[in-house]
Amino acid sequence: MSSPAARVDPAPAAASAAVGPPLWLLLELTYRCPLHCVFCYNPTSFAQTTAELSTDDWLRVLREARALGAVQLGLSGGEPLLRDDLEVIVAQAHELGFYINLVTSGVGLNEPRIAALKKAGLDHIQLSFQDSTREMNDFLSSTKTFELKSRVAALIKQHGYPMVLNVVLHRLNIDHVAEILEMAERMHADYVELANTQYYGWAWRNRDKLLPSRAQLERAERVTAEFRARVGNKMRLFFVVPDYFETRPKPCMNGLGSIFLTITPDGTALPCHAAKMLPLEFPNVRAAGVDWIWRDSPGFNHFRGDAWMKEPCRSCPEKSKDFGGCRCQAYLLTGDAANADPVCDLSPHHHLVTEAVARAELPRVEEKPLLFFRDAKTSRAIS
Amino acid sequence: MSATSAEPEIAASARPTIGRGFRLQWEPAQQTHVLLYPEGMVKLNLSAGEIMKRCDGARTVREIVADLEASFGAADLARDVTAFMVFAVSKNWLVIGE
Repeated sequence: MSSPAARVDPAPAAASAAVGPPLWLLLELTYRCPLHCVFCYNPTSFAQTTAELSTDDWLRVLREARALGAVQLGLSGGEPLLRDDLEVIVAQAHELGFYINLVTSGVGLNEPRIAALKKAGLDHIQLSFQDSTREMNDFLSSTKTFELKSRVAALIKQHGYPMVLNVVLHRLNIDHVAEILEMAERMHADYVELANTQYYGWAWRNRDKLLPSRAQLERAERVTAEFRARVGNKMRLFFVVPDYFETRPKPCMNGLGSIFLTITPDGTALPCHAAKMLPLEFPNVRAAGVDWIWRDSPGFNHFRGDAWMKEPCRSCPEKSKDFGGCRCQAYLLTGDAANADPVCDLSPHHHLVTEAVARAELPRVEEKPLLFFRDAKTSRAIS
Repeated sequence: MSATSAEPEIAASARPTIGRGFRLQWEPAQQTHVLLYPEGMVKLNLSAGEIMKRCDGARTVREIVADLEASFGAADLARDVTAFMVFAVSKNWLVIGE
């Protein structure tokens, strides 16, 4: 799946001693997926996960998280439609008062299923497209799914769901932003997310093949701004900037353990959907209640507050604004999760980001670059 | 988004209702009303919550203002309430039926 770009408005207070509620709950119901997207943030080792949580486990997680104040629910994966208890999970979540978003590739979303999910209380659907063209959509996902996704988009509207169209942008499709937006308009999408790839999981493996040039990015931003001016607030348009091109880090997850809680298919609880890579012990809902996990577990407390920070973050006046950026990115690039996110130009490791961006400026020779496709065989081979 | 200055005023006879795809609910954990929508959530302050929860598509702006004034022992709320509604309409939180 794509990276859920969550927004909370207005911004909640900076992390403090008091632990607030996990307002955003993301359940990754399964790692199984019919698509094999090269930019997926799922761990490259996903094929080692075999035992998924049972229906009862998921229902208990919903009850416990809701009691803590969780309210925005994402059902994701992998492809959540591959769980045949999805309707049961949605019904329980609806009864508890969650606002429920299904994050899907669309594969498996037929008429009876979409009607049953509506009846169960599903609030909206986020449908992913890989591109505006059949050729690139199907190449990037390593499937033949473009026509199917187009039919599903129509079905979503027919059944009265608000539709969020999500397209992950990168070097190979970012020049098609105008066409992607026209496609979204034809499909009457209510929200469009143009989410530049964040480099974790499979995307990290494929980073140098996916990072756009600065000229590509600026063109895409210009096209998006023109489109936004034309359609007004008929369609809400979000352009998630690729942080490699910034000089200050994103306030990732509003600080770990602040508002986000992710449960992976095997029950591991994470303070961010990419955090499995961090060298920390994360608790599992099979062994502990969500309340203890969220408030007391060492894995969730480790990066709360700012006692963990090193320089230049520790004495930085902006530390309460960006929380030092992304712990996963610091770990991936520098080997130490407590370092400043190297996206920040105050980081002594910032050159690691600018070098990657500089490489993206070099001319390419290959027509179709060699990429790692997210499938079980590759997962076993590289992890 | 168009400039709010270009938005028309909202008539006292209009019947505002929560916009499609938005859900207003009380959150006990946060002790506040929140507005939920795809991929987002707005925490409403007390007055915004009190206004929004009265926007049921049946009551007119005039009736909502009168109810608020009675509930909070206040007077002359029409301007503030309408100003909030104009803002909420610009965000699609409210839609106006006649």
